[in-house]
Amino acid sequence: MDIAIKDIIKKENLVYTKTKLMTDNVLSYCPGCGHGTAHRITMEVVDEKGIQEQTIGIAPVGCSVLAYEFMNIDMVQAAHGRAPAVATGIKRVMPEKYVFTYQGDGDLAAIGTSETIHACNRGENITIIFINNGIYGMTGGQMAPTTLAGMKTSTSPFGRDLHSMGNPLKITELVAQLPGTYYVTRQAVHTPAAVRKAKRAVRKAFELQAENKGVTFVEIVSNCNSGWKMPPVQANEWMEENMFPFYPLGDIKVDGELVKK
Amino acid sequence: MGELKLMKGNEAIAEAAIREGVDAYFGYPITPQSEVIEYLMMEKPHERTGMVVLQAESELAAINMVYGAASVGRKVFTSSSSPGISLYQEGISYIAGAELPCVIANVVRGGPGLGTIQPSQADYFQTVKGGGHGDYRLFTLAPSSVQEMADFIELGFEIAFKYRNPVMILSDGMIGQMMEKVELKDQKPRWSADEIKAMHGSWATIGKPESRERNIITSLDLDPHKQEKHNHHLQAKYRQMEKEEVRYETFDTDDAEYLIVAYGSSARIAQKTIMLAREKGIKVGLLRPITLYPFPEKPLAELASRMKGVLSVEMSAGQMVEDVRLAVGCSDIPVEHFGRYGGVIHSPDEVLEALEQKIIGGK
Ligand SMILES: Cc1ncc(C[n+]2csc(CCOP(=O)(O)OP(=O)(O)O)c2C)c(N)n1
Ligand code: SF4
Repeated sequence: MDIAIKDIIKKENLVYTKTKLMTDNVLSYCPGCGHGTAHRITMEVVDEKGIQEQTIGIAPVGCSVLAYEFMNIDMVQAAHGRAPAVATGIKRVMPEKYVFTYQGDGDLAAIGTSETIHACNRGENITIIFINNGIYGMTGGQMAPTTLAGMKTSTSPFGRDLHSMGNPLKITELVAQLPGTYYVTRQAVHTPAAVRKAKRAVRKAFELQAENKGVTFVEIVSNCNSGWKMPPVQANEWMEENMFPFYPLGDIKVDGELVKK
Repeated sequence: MGELKLMKGNEAIAEAAIREGVDAYFGYPITPQSEVIEYLMMEKPHERTGMVVLQAESELAAINMVYGAASVGRKVFTSSSSPGISLYQEGISYIAGAELPCVIANVVRGGPGLGTIQPSQADYFQTVKGGGHGDYRLFTLAPSSVQEMADFIELGFEIAFKYRNPVMILSDGMIGQMMEKVELKDQKPRWSADEIKAMHGSWATIGKPESRERNIITSLDLDPHKQEKHNHHLQAKYRQMEKEEVRYETFDTDDAEYLIVAYGSSARIAQKTIMLAREKGIKVGLLRPITLYPFPEKPLAELASRMKGVLSVEMSAGQMVEDVRLAVGCSDIPVEHFGRYGGVIHSPDEVLEALEQKIIGGK
């Protein structure tokens, strides 16, 4: 049977389409990287909520520095680590907008720790989307604050030695302790089921932002197959076996209350 | 005539910011300028105009809050003093690179390091020669009175928005702390959301409607050729500032044989020196740069061409004197620097003595 492509591309056959809130620019991410998926679910939420004109995003310094090339909304590129301060500046003068930051672990939990903690502690009505891949992707795979014990990176070539290099930082558990955070959760985007859950978390974070109850914080534990020097599938397996036990997925704080484990 | 008040420089600049209709102030306490944020908190500008005032956790945060609020087309003001301004530098470079308007005040204290809380003018290099990284320029206004502390808020925002460039008000601990009579302008309304959209909607990241492409505030371009082109655009702006925005004042120069060049506090002190000198029959005049960048090099060159010598006076080990020498060029007249520094303020007599020894005696 000869079926022409044009016969298949019909409205009634459409099961999925790229949100128009992602631009047509070619993603700068390595194939297999979680950043693209995290971008997409964020933009799908903004699209589905119909808040493109009400949303302002902050791109960090890191692999996602060019997020503004891919997210079809007004965006500001922040200095390394300062996205929560930039978001504070915007939200304080435009409290009616949805303001979110999108940050890597080096950005959010090393150079920007102070901005992260204080924005969370002040209870700024912003959403923080935190991509934790345990490494500095952009600069070529150096150790991050979230790098696991024993994990090899270009600046811990023999594995992270906790005595001389310090411990991996559970910044998400830390910010959950602060009275200014209202919803804190940890998600992943490596399987279809995880993507659906992560998207629900992002939607919840945006919805709560409109209620002005404080910071909503979504960590996404993600892969960096290039930095980890693994093929994408293996990187995801490694993530499940090594990252998830130390950074367990699930809600950490809901409705301003820590989730009892 | 506007309302007359007796105020500290730091209070005057804060009050002027409220009256200018500034949308937000972000800052971190540091002597000798903490009165700025203290005054603002006390005045409850949120009730007066809706202005936001927030004490940040650090200068790093403060300047990036400025960057954020400026990126949505608001009038944003911040102030600090030398060590804090050092922490601002990365942010200022980003603000200049991303072409955002804002006004920053530096109430300079003695350095280097933690230095002292006393007045100084030793941040001239940092302010007008760069400070942060990259080829950018910080438009710099140097007030020499409490009145100018207030007035330069309005002028600063005018220039900041005209060029979409950060503007620095470079004062010092003396101007910040001293009390003088100041005439305050009437309250301006803050811009409405519609006005901001109309004036700045072409670039400000105030939310993307279907009708236009997204607005992006960034200083990044990974393509060096595009980055160079962006730099050309910035440089063209700076050339225009140099052509159109030079401001200065002269004092007693008509019959002068010697010229003092001084800004801010030093210019006030130099005026007294000139009176003392003239009592002794020495004909001295003053050129006071009001804009330090762009520097009034042409007027200075013209004046210097009919002088027997030029003394650059500033509370530093000699920073502005480099620009004075460049402006005067290769003439044979002596061009020297005098100044006390590290927090010490020179007296009018000391300046006169330096003039007599270094310029009149030294030629
Ligand atoms: C002030 C400053 N210091 C250092 C850098 C270099 N730098 C760029 S990205 C980066 C690390 C980013 O890592 P992360 O936040 O984990 O994001 P990822 O690239 O892994 O997504 C560093 C150190 C910089 N741009 N600015
Ligand atoms: S370096 Fe790592 S984080 Fe960056 S795009 Fe590649 S896989 Fe993703």
